[in-house]
Amino acid sequence: MEQHDSKTEGVWGPRPQRGAGAEPLPAGGEPELAEIIATGAPIEIRAGGTKRPWGRPATGTILDISALRGILDYDPAELVLTARAATPLAEIESALAQAQQTLAFEPPDWRALLGTEGEPTLGGTIAVNASGPRRIRAGAARDHLLGFRAIDGTGQIWKAGGRVVKNVTGYDMSKLMAGAFGTLSLLTELSVRVLPRPETETTLLFEGETAAGATAAMTAALNTPHEISAAAWLPADIAARTKLAAATSLRLLRLEGPAQSVAYRAGALGGTQLDAATSQAIWRDIASVAPLLPPAGRCIWRLCTAPALAPALRDRVQATFEGAETFLDWGGGLLWASLPKQDAATALHALLHAFGGHATLIAASQQYRAGAVFQPRSAAQAALEARIKRGFDPGLVLNRFRMSEAW
Amino acid sequence: MLKMPEPLAETLARRAEIVAALRAIVPGEGTIDSETGRRAYECDGLTAYRALPLAVVLPETRAQIVDILRACHRMGVRVVPRGAGTSLSGGALPLEDAVLLGLGKFQRILDIDLENRCVVAEPGVTNLAITHAVQDRGFYYAPDPSSQIACTIGGNVAENSGGVHCLKYGLTTNNVIGIEMVTIEGEVIRLGGKHYDAGGLDLLGAMVGSEGLLGVVTEVTVRILPKPPCARALLLGFASVRDASETVAAVIGAGIIPGGMEMMDRPATKAAEDFVHAGYPLDADAVLIVELDGCGPEVDHLADRVQSIAETHHATSCRVSQSEQERLLFWAGRKAAFPAVGRISPDYYCMDGTIPRRRLAEVLERMQQMEAEYGLRCANVFHAGDGNLHPLVLYDANVPGELDRAEEFGAAILRLCVEVGGVLTGEHGVGVEKRDLMGTMFSKTDLDQQMRLKCAFDPPGLLNPGKVFPELCRCAELGRVHVHGGKTRFPELERF
Ligand SMILES: Cc1cc2nc3c(=O)[nH]c(=O)nc-3n(C[C@H](O)[C@H](O)[C@H](O)COP(=O)(O)OP(=O)(O)OC[C@H]3O[C@@H](n4cnc5c(N)ncnc54)[C@H](O)[C@@H]3O)c2cc1C
Repeated sequence: MEQHDSKTEGVWGPRPQRGAGAEPLPAGGEPELAEIIATGAPIEIRAGGTKRPWGRPATGTILDISALRGILDYDPAELVLTARAATPLAEIESALAQAQQTLAFEPPDWRALLGTEGEPTLGGTIAVNASGPRRIRAGAARDHLLGFRAIDGTGQIWKAGGRVVKNVTGYDMSKLMAGAFGTLSLLTELSVRVLPRPETETTLLFEGETAAGATAAMTAALNTPHEISAAAWLPADIAARTKLAAATSLRLLRLEGPAQSVAYRAGALGGTQLDAATSQAIWRDIASVAPLLPPAGRCIWRLCTAPALAPALRDRVQATFEGAETFLDWGGGLLWASLPKQDAATALHALLHAFGGHATLIAASQQYRAGAVFQPRSAAQAALEARIKRGFDPGLVLNRFRMSEAW
Repeated sequence: MLKMPEPLAETLARRAEIVAALRAIVPGEGTIDSETGRRAYECDGLTAYRALPLAVVLPETRAQIVDILRACHRMGVRVVPRGAGTSLSGGALPLEDAVLLGLGKFQRILDIDLENRCVVAEPGVTNLAITHAVQDRGFYYAPDPSSQIACTIGGNVAENSGGVHCLKYGLTTNNVIGIEMVTIEGEVIRLGGKHYDAGGLDLLGAMVGSEGLLGVVTEVTVRILPKPPCARALLLGFASVRDASETVAAVIGAGIIPGGMEMMDRPATKAAEDFVHAGYPLDADAVLIVELDGCGPEVDHLADRVQSIAETHHATSCRVSQSEQERLLFWAGRKAAFPAVGRISPDYYCMDGTIPRRRLAEVLERMQQMEAEYGLRCANVFHAGDGNLHPLVLYDANVPGELDRAEEFGAAILRLCVEVGGVLTGEHGVGVEKRDLMGTMFSKTDLDQQMRLKCAFDPPGLLNPGKVFPELCRCAELGRVHVHGGKTRFPELERF
């Protein structure tokens, strides 16, 4: 699905150093990038390139930032890790694993979904605010960004936030940058909050429920104090495609923590238990939307509404789009939908507007991505966003049109 | 003392006209004009700073808020939003040329939605009232500032307030999922809602912690959580702050995130013990309270582990709460630490820096040296889990010069926090108090970026001016000239 070719478009930027690790950048790394941006020609920021087909296509020459690599500071007892933006997530996860820690928002691997290869990076993950199943318990990617260094659209290098977990000094610029798809500034260095990796986990399976029954059951379970860390429902046709090869629909509840605690809570909730390894594998698949892959000519949408509305939303989607395949994550708060029909944006955005929430096109061929990818905002909010964009990037240099057809 | 911006003479001259315009929107007692009436609002929790507001207006409907902001925008009049006025950084400090917009009448809880685990409240609802509204159903709202019986959820959103449970459950920003706000131009914007995340730029995230400078929050949707079935606290004494700090690091290193982890130094412990008689170890140089919450088996298991970690790190005493009553007793001293210190000193000045925890012992030692330097005592209470210090500088405002010295001492502490890799404020906000210290953490370029956000929301700069930024923002001049050789841009800009 990757349609741009760096050879034909030209690539700017310091070349990546092989195995650069945490060594210093080649002299002038950040300043060099700043200088390129300051020339004012539109650029498309690219680190691992794995999320490139998500969002509206950006205009501009590719600026390769993969030289911005390496962990700069990590003291497990502080629960904070600082790394350059293009540090591969794999490198970060392996450093964290050595101290039994993890990125709690469970960054999903969307390479198969988006048809890309390469290494997802920390900066890219935070820039698109991508969170996995644990989002319902641990918060989103945006909740874990504590501070950063960045280059704005005029080439000015700046910083905000800090390297401590608790900080309210100045506006929370980290929230603004997380999920801005690189349209406000190029993130060069990020400090993120990290947490202990759960000692063990299990997943409880419940078979044969309808979407409505499962949503009610997920709500009931999430309303107990049993600290469920993920809750999903797969209809029978989707459940059949998972590793579990189930013959009926499946509701899955994940429990994490110390062994005695997990055992106690599992006993209280019932269901069939999966061992830790199977549990890990199944949630990896749910995070990466594996049961809906490959998209093969279809488009994949992420629909978010109040969790209790999930069954009604799903009914509407199934009724409107014949052949739609869907499943629920986030306790009903996330409906993944694979649609055979490509130009669904208008209908889905209207639907989510009516339900209260948002529809985002995640995977589609390029011609459809040029249309509406993100839920349209009210006129007042759109005007405000445009002013914010112009404040940080008056020349619309950074990832122009990636988030909005206006900027 | 910090300088506030000069009141605009032109606005002061138009006071009668402005009051009339407000009265037309909020008739009767909702618009306060008399000096005695306005006096009641002259300060917030940072009582050393006072100013008489131009007028006070207490609307009761969103439509009135919209009209007030439109009118102020049209007339070019400044506006200071206010919740309960408990800010410790002067965020709600009135300005002589500004309308004080009080949100105290917005006290309704609009929706309790257990299916979606959220509550929708008006901005003047107190933090604790949210928990009260859902506790009989087994839920609570996690962020719990010590001021929770008084402070409003709107103020919490503006300050991104924390509490003793933030290490595990997050600050306000991690627990607010939607707001409705009104811009200075009177536009109503809804951000987020009962759903996860939102499309577009994260304006909700930018609004939380914006200290009333970006917009007026008129409705808040918060996430509520099922109450943990069990909680136990450990009361640990240590012969040195270093041992206590190492215990904190070891607990986290062992993969345990306690519901709360609080430390008190010897002076704070003594004051608290004299006040509430909780049985704190008075021979200890540092006391730790570690609370574990969750299901019973988990809590018992973790309590054992924390106890053995503490013993390895030379705890001189260790008590594990055996009943709910005992747990609350352990907390009683910590929760009353501020009033307790208030009993041993006529005045105290509460600071709020955060540091990387590994620097804790060193920072406390440096603070002890500073006590001698400034001739003032200091007691320390802090959220040890997240490195958020609350040094209380003791002084007597009636002794000439002591307030100034206390402020200088406080500023020196905050500079030290930044020097060791920390930040100026962990939960109380910048307000006016730390405004002039922003330069120790941020360059001019960094602050300009923050102002760009301000300018996008509030181009005329009418909302809460004189707070957070060391200089007034003039959006039109926030141009894009490159600076060379470190020369200050806009040297003509007013500094105060
Ligand atoms: C004894 C004591 C203990 C405290 N303990 C803690 C603690 O543990 N943790 C902690 O974080 N804080 C604590 N605080 C500080 C304070 O309570 C919090 O900052 C609180 O959130 C302020 O809420 P408020 O309603 O009093 O807001 P105010 O003081 O009235 O206002 C605070 C700021 O918010 C703005 N504001 C208020 N309402 C709105 C609105 N609706 N829309 C836009 N802007 C608005 C104001 O302009 C101002 O800048 C404590 C204060 C005291 C006095």
